[in-house]
Amino acid sequence: MEKVVDIQHLSKSFGNHEVLKDIDFSVNKGEVVCIIGSSGSGKSTLLRCINLLEKPSGGQIIYKGENILDDQHDIYAYRTKLGMVFQQFNLFNNHDVLGNCVVGQMKVLKRSKADAEKVAMRYLKVVGMDQYIHAKPKQLSGGQKQRVAIARALSMEPDVMLFDEPTSALDPEMVGEVLTVMKELAESGLTMLIVTHEMGFAKDVADRVVFMDKGVIAEEGSPEQIFNNPTQERTREFLKRTLSM
Amino acid sequence: MSFEWIIKIILENGPMFIRGAGITLLISITGTILGSLIGLIVGVIRTMPMPERGSKRVALKVTNAILSAYIEFFRGTPMIVQAMVIFYGSALAFGWDMDRLVAAIFIVSINTGAYMSEIVRGGIISIDRGQFEAAHAIGMNHIQTMLNVVLPQVIRNILPATGNEFVINIKDTSVLNVISVTELYFQTKSVAGNNFRYFESFFVACIIYFIMTFTVTRILRFIEKKLDGPENYILCGNQMQVERPEDMLRRTKP
Repeated sequence: MEKVVDIQHLSKSFGNHEVLKDIDFSVNKGEVVCIIGSSGSGKSTLLRCINLLEKPSGGQIIYKGENILDDQHDIYAYRTKLGMVFQQFNLFNNHDVLGNCVVGQMKVLKRSKADAEKVAMRYLKVVGMDQYIHAKPKQLSGGQKQRVAIARALSMEPDVMLFDEPTSALDPEMVGEVLTVMKELAESGLTMLIVTHEMGFAKDVADRVVFMDKGVIAEEGSPEQIFNNPTQERTREFLKRTLSM
Repeated sequence: MSFEWIIKIILENGPMFIRGAGITLLISITGTILGSLIGLIVGVIRTMPMPERGSKRVALKVTNAILSAYIEFFRGTPMIVQAMVIFYGSALAFGWDMDRLVAAIFIVSINTGAYMSEIVRGGIISIDRGQFEAAHAIGMNHIQTMLNVVLPQVIRNILPATGNEFVINIKDTSVLNVISVTELYFQTKSVAGNNFRYFESFFVACIIYFIMTFTVTRILRFIEKKLDGPENYILCGNQMQVERPEDMLRRTKP
């Protein structure tokens, strides 16, 4: 199976605090991987290290056979290949919905306005936001913002989509609309790496579940294995705590 | 009687006041615009992320030091003194006979630039980190992030402060009479020197200054409101410029 990103011995420290310790991890093409774990276990940091929003302290990130942590590697070109969806949506406040999906394509990928708008409209339709193309971010609800953010990331036509707790900042009734969109994307064969607290969702859509604890990958495997027969004591404990809520 | 004098002064010297007000507006508008441009550029440079090592780091450090010196110097000395030093200093040092209007615009611009740099820097710092991260995540570099995402928001946020600078400039150009720029204060002084009616002449100038500053603040308010747009989005089912049947009826009706 072809690996989209391959992470080897990745570590990250903030000062003396080691957040990630010697992580080995990869995402295969077409695979949906969910990362679960309690807060502070390093899940988000791992995701942010993958697209270099945090600079890893050590290790390698191999993309298309090249280590992108080399000094001379073009990190901007690499980042266009990873779509990122943030917990806080982070839509560009000065652009409307269509503008959010178009600006990256035009300025970074140098697509023409017409092409960019065509691509943007296609993905806005996928997330069901094509009715709102001229709305500004402040006029949208949280769930709508997150769906636009997903369309924005998809418009760059990335190799893999990274979701950093996409539903954690949403009101409960809006979580559903975002998860539905993500589920559709998963079924369409998109490669996805999702940090989430939605255990039901992870169980449902993931091909592989990774459980992180204290900066290391404690256990990984199929959803059935992790949720039904976890081998590690700490996985069992974590699941007991979260699922009983 | 003062009131009659005021009318008389306006009737007799109207064109002089108008010309003076025109020069005042010209200096303050160009000064504010050029100053804002200086401020934007300096603000962006001063918020650039510091490279970890290499020659770029040294270059940025040196540039930042120079820019800090510029800001501190022009904020820390009175414009009236700067005007004298620059105008007469350039004549003495380089033998330049600067056009007085050009010198005035130059002085106001770099003075405003110093203040605007700090305002812009504050504006950039106040933008949510998430905006930078989102822009970086779709592959934008620092310049692209600034031009397409951050600066448009900064400009909106610093508009009130810029308006402040503009109003201050309209008033403070009066100090440029020390280098004999024929702005409103200078003209008023000439008028009063002719008729010896100081109160009445300067009362007229006072009103003209107020009209200019008040108009400018109103205009900027209007622009702010325009930029903000409506709070709510009205979904009218016609976002794609698709013609609705009733529109078509209206159009085809003879």
